[in-house]
Amino acid sequence: MTPPENQNIIEERKELIKEVLSAYPEKAAKKREKHLGVYEEGKSDCGVKSNIKSLPGVMTARGCAYAGSKGVVWGPIKDMIHISHGPVGCGYWSWSGRRNYYIGTTGIDTFGTMHFTSDFQERDIVFGGDKKLVKLIQELDVLFPLNRGVSIQSECPIGLIGDDIEAVARKTSKEIGKPVVPVRCEGFRGVSQSLGHHIANDMVRDWVFTRSDQAKKDGTLKFEGTPYDVAIIGDYNIGGDAWASRILLEEIGLRVVAQWSGDGTINEMLMTPNVKMNLIHCYRSMNYISRHMEEAYGIPWLEYNFFGPTKIAESLREIASKFDETIQANAEKVIAKYQPTMDAVVAKYRPRLDGKTVAIMVGGLRPRHVVPAFQDLGMKMIGTGYEFAHNDDYKRTTHYIENGTIVYDDVTAYEFEEFIKALKPDLVASGVKEKYVFQKMGLPFRQMHSWDYSGPYHGYDGFAIFARDMDLALNSPTWGLIGAPWNEKAQAKKAEAKAKAAV
Amino acid sequence: MPQNPEKIQDHVELFHQPEYQQLFENKKQFENGHDPEEVTRVAEWTKGWDYREKNFAREALTVNPAKGCQPLGAIFAAVGFEGTLPFVQGSQGCVAYFRTHLTRHYKEPFSGVSSSMTEDAAVFGGLQNMIDGLANSYQLYKPKMIAVCTTCMAEVIGDDLQAFINNAKSAGSVPQDFPVPYAHTPSFVGSHITGYDNMMKGILSNLTAGHKKETSNGKINFIPGFDTYVGNNREIKRIASLFGFDYTILADNSDYLDSPNTGEFDMYPGGTKLEDAADSINAKATIALQAHSTPKTREYIEKEWKQPTSVSRPWGIKGTDEFLMKLSELSGIPIPEQLEIERGQAVDAMTDSHSWIHGKRFAIYGEPDLVYSVVGFMLEMGAEPVHILVHNTNEVFEAEMKELLASSPFGSNATVWGGKDLWHMRSLLFTEPVDFLVGNTYGKYLWRDTKIPLVRIGYPIMDRHHLHRYSTIGYQGVINLLNWTVNTLFEEIDRNTNIPSKTDISYDLIR
Repeated sequence: MTPPENQNIIEERKELIKEVLSAYPEKAAKKREKHLGVYEEGKSDCGVKSNIKSLPGVMTARGCAYAGSKGVVWGPIKDMIHISHGPVGCGYWSWSGRRNYYIGTTGIDTFGTMHFTSDFQERDIVFGGDKKLVKLIQELDVLFPLNRGVSIQSECPIGLIGDDIEAVARKTSKEIGKPVVPVRCEGFRGVSQSLGHHIANDMVRDWVFTRSDQAKKDGTLKFEGTPYDVAIIGDYNIGGDAWASRILLEEIGLRVVAQWSGDGTINEMLMTPNVKMNLIHCYRSMNYISRHMEEAYGIPWLEYNFFGPTKIAESLREIASKFDETIQANAEKVIAKYQPTMDAVVAKYRPRLDGKTVAIMVGGLRPRHVVPAFQDLGMKMIGTGYEFAHNDDYKRTTHYIENGTIVYDDVTAYEFEEFIKALKPDLVASGVKEKYVFQKMGLPFRQMHSWDYSGPYHGYDGFAIFARDMDLALNSPTWGLIGAPWNEKAQAKKAEAKAKAAV
Repeated sequence: MPQNPEKIQDHVELFHQPEYQQLFENKKQFENGHDPEEVTRVAEWTKGWDYREKNFAREALTVNPAKGCQPLGAIFAAVGFEGTLPFVQGSQGCVAYFRTHLTRHYKEPFSGVSSSMTEDAAVFGGLQNMIDGLANSYQLYKPKMIAVCTTCMAEVIGDDLQAFINNAKSAGSVPQDFPVPYAHTPSFVGSHITGYDNMMKGILSNLTAGHKKETSNGKINFIPGFDTYVGNNREIKRIASLFGFDYTILADNSDYLDSPNTGEFDMYPGGTKLEDAADSINAKATIALQAHSTPKTREYIEKEWKQPTSVSRPWGIKGTDEFLMKLSELSGIPIPEQLEIERGQAVDAMTDSHSWIHGKRFAIYGEPDLVYSVVGFMLEMGAEPVHILVHNTNEVFEAEMKELLASSPFGSNATVWGGKDLWHMRSLLFTEPVDFLVGNTYGKYLWRDTKIPLVRIGYPIMDRHHLHRYSTIGYQGVINLLNWTVNTLFEEIDRNTNIPSKTDISYDLIR
């Protein structure tokens, strides 16, 4: 049922979209129009096109295939060395940017927060970088003898100059006796990070699983299975998310064999084809390998959501339903164990957040996944959109959003600012490039990529932190200091905001 | 134990709880990790001379670099001009990284667009991307100027910016007279400071074209270079206004990177007025505040504008003295008394702290100008540089650095490590330890491994807030540099003397 005050909301918001589009040149407006929509109850998708090239010159928030492969999928595998192959910048500007926590002695047996690069010079572009790459892999195996393998993460020039990194991978892998995985994730490939995820997944299939298949044949794979073996797929352990999830899965009696890829190791990847079920959190970035394991090894996969107590309980029950009664009974016990804490967290924070509105724009999962966590705190989402989602993500989003929610795909900085000015949410939840833009507007903001250096947000432990952080963002006294008391325009704006808050 | 709503623990505390420690222990069975003794053995080995030799023998591998690539420097230069939108021809991911990196340092918005070139552009070239991109950004973001540079993708496929921009103008993307300066900024040549230089030259040559007059406008131009302290441009302005001469800063991004919170977002705060930049060709002289991020620009000004240029790095007492004398010489105005008072205050501060810094051995890395300037200041304090590492080095820098070291009795123990990275630095710090390290945020990994206290000076600083707001130049800058250095050393002493009845003998109240 649409509440009466929402009767005109769809029309109003469609009008807003039209207005925003009018700022573009005609050709661009036509293209952008397909990516902006208003969700109408009962529709099977959000009415927006996705996974299409960004327009030149419009300020997209998107990254590239290298960001998707090195930055997201491969980078967190902690005991391998990931070479940013090409010029120095890509790895330098992104160095340690994603907070994928891990346990290990960095530089000795783990390498997550290090930046290895071939630092291409002009001569490498002219003469090719293969010889340098061979030498580099030999050198790193001497200096970092405890590495468990190497991945070659291609930057733009590699594909353009015709280097043969697969040949290098085969040759050096033999030499060092370890996996060397060539990944063609040049930044110009595809339309966003998303193709990088896909390519990264495919390389696990072609260069890692081939090894575990062989080891299985040879009888050298050391793995003793149990009926409760699962893998966490698509959790990058930002701020420790995967740990806060793993602890619950273990508490209900499952055995978590692997984490993909936060705090992950190549050994965990090698063993994953033996699990009973893959549990996938970030569907967008790792559905490919999950589907492959289903086809190749018959392993079922299940999407779950560990944001907020409502979804956590729902997910735990659904996961448990795929196992025996012991696990199901355990799931109930675990839910019951945490319920009082969750009730106390909600009792404390909901009164301070109830009815507040939020607009979201993140990557490929969280624009839908975090909505229920906000709802658990009484907050309402009025706009959402993804940087690099595909159509199946938008289909999955309809279960999460209300009638009249404005939906923007690959939103441009201009559109996002205009939408926020018009919708006036109480909180904006997006990325660091957007953060200070909206904070300058006097709007509370939380980063939904890096948790604003907080976290974890996954799991029961994470929700308490999430609730605390949303409260401190929204109810910081600093917002009230904006605008000098003698500045009439600023004071009028303040009064308007106050009036809105009182409604 | 579940969280306590009255004292919620985030990652800083949460994972030290016993159930998580247990989880980490359990996880090991799936990791195929190495024997802890083996890890310890290798870790110890990496601290020694044998490892250092192997480490320094590498030719192909770079680990933990201390330099970035050109386009970031280029867009950094661009936003110093009024109403300017940086436009990067090439892949879009680079721009996302540049904006993110700059934003993480400044905690400020940083706008910039790319032409979002993909596979088809790789095959056919990026002309259409340029035509559409310029039209879109011009109409959407209403800039006064669009400054174009390139990513390595556009460079490898050979996009011709001059021709493309002309084509885009002919196609009506932007008006014919709209300024679209450009610079080719291949990331496989030089580093971010090279990009600054290329873009600065590109912008100045575009804006000044046809503006040369018969007579000088009597002004002095300042080019800050890749200087990431917003307090520095403000210090230049303050000094210039104390003198009372007319000046232009090319380019002044201090307001862009430190804009007030008014409740409204301004995409283009501050910046050098385009007409002032256009008139800079008629100035009396140009002073570059950095040498190595401005060589091409200076050469261009000398040759094309027929204007004298000089490099003056006003860091430390001597550096500031020379700078002020140069200003006095150029302007014909005696050095204001106020500045002499400030000089006295800075020297007074240095004498106050001298005993804690004198004879302390230090290592430093960063951009060539920054390293040169900070070493100069440290020598004035009687500190002894030991490892001087500049990844994006050049011959001119190494020669002048050696000259500076030779000029002081405190400089005799230093080695200049050009073209080396922070993994080399790790070996240096383990084999020849020092009392403190000067560097950017990435140095915290060296601090963790070697326990050598880190004085954060440089770019980026992402794990401490507000350091970029201060000045590092002039006599005021001396006090800031001194403050950061001496108080880091004090904190280290406290950290090492805080165990009751064990180490707290020296836990002094007065220092």
